[in-house]
Amino acid sequence: MQVTSDNTTGPTVVSVTGRVDAVTAPDLEKQLFALIDDGAARLIVDFGEMEYISSAGLRVILATAKKLKTVNGSICLAGLQGPVREVFEISGFFSIFKAYETVAEAREQA
Amino acid sequence: MAEPASLTLAARLDNLAAFSAAVVAAARLHGLEESRLGAIELALEEALVNIFSHAFPEGDGEVTVTCMADENSRFVIRIEDDGPPFDLLAREAPDVTASLDERTPGGLGIHLIRQVMDTVTYARQHGRNVLTLIP
Repeated sequence: MQVTSDNTTGPTVVSVTGRVDAVTAPDLEKQLFALIDDGAARLIVDFGEMEYISSAGLRVILATAKKLKTVNGSICLAGLQGPVREVFEISGFFSIFKAYETVAEAREQA
Repeated sequence: MAEPASLTLAARLDNLAAFSAAVVAAARLHGLEESRLGAIELALEEALVNIFSHAFPEGDGEVTVTCMADENSRFVIRIEDDGPPFDLLAREAPDVTASLDERTPGGLGIHLIRQVMDTVTYARQHGRNVLTLIP
């Protein structure tokens, strides 16, 4: 798993690539929480290059959203596709998160 | 698949990758389509992580994962441990329609297993927990 972030304009775009499983999820949480602690309040998480996610990864997204709420921030999802999208879908996450096809679309709406 | 393939390792998170690699290899050998392998990996991870954290919170037990074909030539994954009785299927299903505030972190793993597997069964046999997954 690799996490990169870009806050040059507007919301902070966080791209998460590779595998988010029970082993790597704590590291993702640490990095997302650090961004919020550093002042990022609007996050777009780009899942375009994510190969795999399990419930451990979903819990991180949930915890991140809850933390953002305490600072009046927001989170939206972009680029979900294939099996990763399916995991979000069967977990009912599309009823609690805004999701966009692409980061560009998320930027326009954010 | 001719012979059942079995792997026994310590019930610790750092063995997740080894279990996963073994099961995916066995599934391929059995002839399962590549598009099904993600679901198998997911169900296996969710099951193992639950066992690691609930049956062996100290990481002091062993888990055996066996891949085999049943009488209908279906691919079967059997996960056994000798921890205290633990039926993860008895856990309450999460409300996947709940709002963000109402969401709690628990139970999602079991929900995912049920959704991506065809059949999931639990039995307590000879003092062991036996969880069977059929994709």
